[in-house]
Amino acid sequence: MTITSPSSPSSTTSAGDVEGPFLQVEDLTVTFPTQDGPVQAVKGLSYSVELGKTLGIVGESGSGKSVSSMAVMGLHDARSSEITGSIRVGGTEIVGLAESRMRKLRGNSMAMIFQDALAALHPFYRVGDQLAEGYGIHHPKASKRDARRRAIEMLDRVGIPQPDRRVDDFPHQFSGGMRQRAMIAMGLINDPSLLIADEPTTALDVTVQAQILDLLQDLQREFNSAVIIITHDLGVIAEMADDVLVMYAGRCVEFGTTKEILTKPEMPYSWGLLSSIPEVGASTDARLIPIPGNPPSLLKPPSGCSFHPRCAHRDKVPGDLCVTQLPELTSASNRAGHLKRCHLPNPQEIYQTEVLPEIAPDLAEETR
Amino acid sequence: MFAYVVKRLLSGVVVLFLISMSVFLLFWYGPSEPAQTICDRDTSNRCTPARLEVFRENLGFNNEWYEEYGTFVKGVVAGREIQFGSTTKFQCDAPCLGYSYRTKAPVFEEMKTRMPATFSVAIGGAFLYLAIGIPIGVAAARRRGTLTDKALVSSFLVISSIPYYLFALLTWLFLTITWEIPFFADTGYFPITDNPAKWFSGMLLAWLALGAFGCTQYTRYARGSMVEVLNEDYIRTAKSKGLTSNSVVYKHGLRAALVPVITIFGIEFGTLLAGTIFTETIFDIEGIGLWALEAVVQRDLPVVSATALFGAAVLIIANILVDVVYSILDPRVRLS
Amino acid sequence: MSQDPNAKVAVDASEIGANAAETGERDLSHHTDVVDDHEALEEAPDFHVLAEQGHVATALDPDAEPIISVDNLKMYFPVKSSGLIRRTVGHVQAVDGISFQVPRGGSLGLVGESGCGKSTTGRLITRLYTPTGGSMMFEGQDLAKLSNSQMRPLRRDVQMIFQDPYTSLNPRHTVGSIVGAPLAVHNIVPKNKILPRVQELLEVVGLNPEHYNRYPNEFSGGQRQRIGIARALTLNPKLLVADEPVSALDVSIQAQVVNLLQDLQKEFNIAFLFIAHDLAVVRHFCPEVAVMYLGKIVEIGDRETIYGQAHHPYTQALLSAVPDVKQAAIGGRRERIRLEGDVPSPINPPSGCRFRTRCQFAQEICAKVEPPLLQIGERHKVACHFAGELGAHPATPVTTDLLAVDDQGSPVPGATPTNKQLTIPGYEKTWYDLKSKQTTGA
Ligand SMILES: Nc1ncnc2c1ncn2[C@@H]1O[C@H](COP(=O)(O)OP(=O)(O)OP(=O)(O)O)[C@@H](O)[C@H]1O
Ligand SMILES: Nc1ncnc2c1ncn2[C@@H]1O[C@H](COP(=O)(O)OP(=O)(O)O)[C@@H](O)[C@H]1O
Ligand code: SF4
Ligand code: SF4
Ligand SMILES: [Mg+2]
Ligand SMILES: [Mg+2]
Repeated sequence: MTITSPSSPSSTTSAGDVEGPFLQVEDLTVTFPTQDGPVQAVKGLSYSVELGKTLGIVGESGSGKSVSSMAVMGLHDARSSEITGSIRVGGTEIVGLAESRMRKLRGNSMAMIFQDALAALHPFYRVGDQLAEGYGIHHPKASKRDARRRAIEMLDRVGIPQPDRRVDDFPHQFSGGMRQRAMIAMGLINDPSLLIADEPTTALDVTVQAQILDLLQDLQREFNSAVIIITHDLGVIAEMADDVLVMYAGRCVEFGTTKEILTKPEMPYSWGLLSSIPEVGASTDARLIPIPGNPPSLLKPPSGCSFHPRCAHRDKVPGDLCVTQLPELTSASNRAGHLKRCHLPNPQEIYQTEVLPEIAPDLAEETR
Repeated sequence: MFAYVVKRLLSGVVVLFLISMSVFLLFWYGPSEPAQTICDRDTSNRCTPARLEVFRENLGFNNEWYEEYGTFVKGVVAGREIQFGSTTKFQCDAPCLGYSYRTKAPVFEEMKTRMPATFSVAIGGAFLYLAIGIPIGVAAARRRGTLTDKALVSSFLVISSIPYYLFALLTWLFLTITWEIPFFADTGYFPITDNPAKWFSGMLLAWLALGAFGCTQYTRYARGSMVEVLNEDYIRTAKSKGLTSNSVVYKHGLRAALVPVITIFGIEFGTLLAGTIFTETIFDIEGIGLWALEAVVQRDLPVVSATALFGAAVLIIANILVDVVYSILDPRVRLS
Repeated sequence: MSQDPNAKVAVDASEIGANAAETGERDLSHHTDVVDDHEALEEAPDFHVLAEQGHVATALDPDAEPIISVDNLKMYFPVKSSGLIRRTVGHVQAVDGISFQVPRGGSLGLVGESGCGKSTTGRLITRLYTPTGGSMMFEGQDLAKLSNSQMRPLRRDVQMIFQDPYTSLNPRHTVGSIVGAPLAVHNIVPKNKILPRVQELLEVVGLNPEHYNRYPNEFSGGQRQRIGIARALTLNPKLLVADEPVSALDVSIQAQVVNLLQDLQKEFNIAFLFIAHDLAVVRHFCPEVAVMYLGKIVEIGDRETIYGQAHHPYTQALLSAVPDVKQAAIGGRRERIRLEGDVPSPINPPSGCRFRTRCQFAQEICAKVEPPLLQIGERHKVACHFAGELGAHPATPVTTDLLAVDDQGSPVPGATPTNKQLTIPGYEKTWYDLKSKQTTGA
């Protein structure tokens, strides 16, 4: 089943780019055949990112964040996965593209940096060699010395002290923050136009996280690349993203500008995310309201709205629509470009009058 | 690393001491009396109590075992004199491991002449099974889940469940007797220095048997290890750089996948040595394995003890080598 | 290879009747085949009920007596040389002279960057490590001085919750035997009473009591953490050391577990030493917070002070690094204090103030004299020569009179330091006022 959205979400905040968005994902579905039956990890996902813009993807673990972005990088094994829909990177269709051509894009015009840099860097090779390898493969004419020089330059660029010495270190000799910097240097070594950062700061201390986020922002400004940042930390989203895509059980459930999503969310799952994180700056009268239950099984996804077994607001939807019918991704009430997947007729009102007073009594006062 | 190797060698020497001591205790308290065996043999089974007593005296069995063990250790270090019967005296140079009761030849000399054959068998066989097993394992891992992979895995499982001696025996029977393939007719050890071609053809059948058998296991180890490595994050990183799938598998995957395979190789080296006993026996190769087997049958205790020490020493050195290779492959491992 | 501190805990944990942390396989499908939650959601959850169950931040009880009083606690791990003879060539000063109190039924939060000694502190209090020095007074006994056998009866009172719900439960034991093990080990209830108690505990932590016969891998991360909590509760502890109890969990599940811990604290009057690197979770759970840096407490105080008027440059930097959702949503982000470089090695910590290599206010005195942890408010202590609110750090050191040194940190001839122990575990009635440089009281 695929629901095509009336308008695919896109970062429209920039002044009209002539060529359109650099990355355009349409109706992407990723299925893994497993012994217990097919698992649809991503279902009918559409979004686009323009050069110079950052899209944040949030959602619980298992919601399909990594799977969808690995599909963009063409990293799924064709034998054990099935990908339908369309992914266009700089105008090139990736779905079904021959591996030899895909390889030319990977690491070159698009790159990915991964969570847990210790595991993502090869433990047996020197950091510099791993960087240089990525450069060499896309610059066949470059000599070994050029590649090494480039590696040192990139390590310097991401703020590793004494890069000409550290270039010969092994990953385990780096600290956690330095490893993540090296990972970023590796991703950026060929000046990609699209950078996907999959939970780039999840295992790091806040101080190091702040350094890495600053670095990513500086680099994006410098190279004007399109960036996707995947995280489950709304704070990171708030600081980094222009637009936010909220994923639940493989689907986009809400999309909009960061400000819209964080201040006027219209989907109960987004409310749940906001209400379940404490904040350093919040009022101490704010309640921590968890989302009950667990993320759903993808083998037996719930009927209707996938979120219905955990949704505390489905009593406000007439009939049993939530259980029987998958809501479409439609325009939210307030603003064009803000999309949500929910049957609630008056989400704004519920958020302002019921949710906000519990989770941010101070804010509720202000807006009243 | 140097300090580590020295440390390991020292502990190896301790192990050898313990082994030689336990073999020595066997001389004294074992089920058969060595003096009796030699006496029987030297007198063509007309051993009288008086002559037995002479043998006992000369071989030192009338002394306490630890005194004799001291003499033995001294012989290993500085050489010694050995007396059989009433008259014959032998000078045994260091490292003296004693004289064979059976052939009256110095054990160490004999070992030296037999060593090349055993090393030819073991190294050739190990080379073959690694050289066949690892590439097949890697290929299977890359195709994991496919029909080829499943067929390979299950057929190799069948082969490796046959006992090795049976497998070797069948190989020999079919290739030389039933099918009479001329190339394999002439098995045995011929020194490589004399005639490399002959050495090669003499060894070939033994290698094939050992290699074909061992490679099935190493295919499984290599496959398992590679499947695991291919799921690692750094492999995904390598792919995302745009590397070809060959360089992902061979440059990034293989080196990591080899580490556990080599560890297993070190652990299983003893099995390989045991394998050479059957191999040498079946293919009639005058190596240490065959020698050890004969010595056990003939109760030739000095040879038994020498071959046991040889096996242990080889195992110790092999394991040190494995650790060194390990630390070369994986820069995180620092030997200390 | 370096010693894995967690491996050590695995062994020790089993000693106290908990199950050895074994590496369970973390399979792909872990969130697809989990046992249904106890609060099986056939009925639509009601938002108002949910909101009622959700808690606001825990409030401070300023009059609570301390349940544990830690004084000048130290833990040095020897560093061995490589080579033939392994000599001790130095020490990792993982915890170096910290003092604090945890109020009965209250919670103290412990925050700081990784490697600063938070977990080591937790393991010292549960006596998984034997301290190098200092004392830990608990119910009239010094835990630091007790032998392992003297410690055994007290282990009932001091329990620990571990970070990783995937590796801290033995995958080969049923939930029932995991939760019931401490009862069996300590011989507390007759054999036939164990199961009812286990079921009661499972109910308390919000799991289905009928599931006592299942194995940990049948549960999701959040449920496993509940099992870990049930295990810690089995013996009715008075003090729980929770080491990053929610870090490994998904955000929505984190809130469930934090709420559960708040419920349990209220119901059973349990005191918590709550270790976490997430400053927001700590702020929610703990009315009092201690900030650690490189083995030392650099600032300690009540929630409002630490989060509102931190006086230590490190606390200020740490707080400014936390991304703030609401701030960014309203527009713009706060000014961030950039901390350059990494935490120095605890084997060779910097002289004087340990933070000076990364501190923007560092001066000569900071390298020469270690700043004492000075009480500067009713419930506020800070260890900095230039302590002051963000943007209002004094130009001259505030500690010179107390330490009898001049502004450069050199001893003043003839002057005597104020003879007063500066590191008592709790708070005094009087404190040193930064503005007047006088001792004042409430
Ligand atoms: N190769 C695979 N075969 C089968 N299922 C898979 C495979 N890879 C991922 N999945 C499933 O797809 C779903 C989405 O996974 P994904 O890794 O995208 O989650 P995520 O949102 O990134 O979570 P996390 O925050 O844990 O990284 C999960 O349920 C996962 O189990
Ligand atoms: N068993 C150990 N042996 C040596 N060093 C240790 C051991 N346990 C912890 N350390 C060191 O002590 C310091 C504090 O560790 P820890 O308390 O685990 O930090 P965290 O604040 O992340 O919990 C670190 O530098 C750590 O490497
Ligand atoms: S559609 Fe119904 S169940 Fe789904 S989020 Fe909206 S109200 Fe809740
Ligand atoms: S004592 Fe000095 S170095 Fe330390 S925090 Fe204060 S100002 Fe910075
Ligand atoms: Mg992920
Ligand atoms: Mg820790």
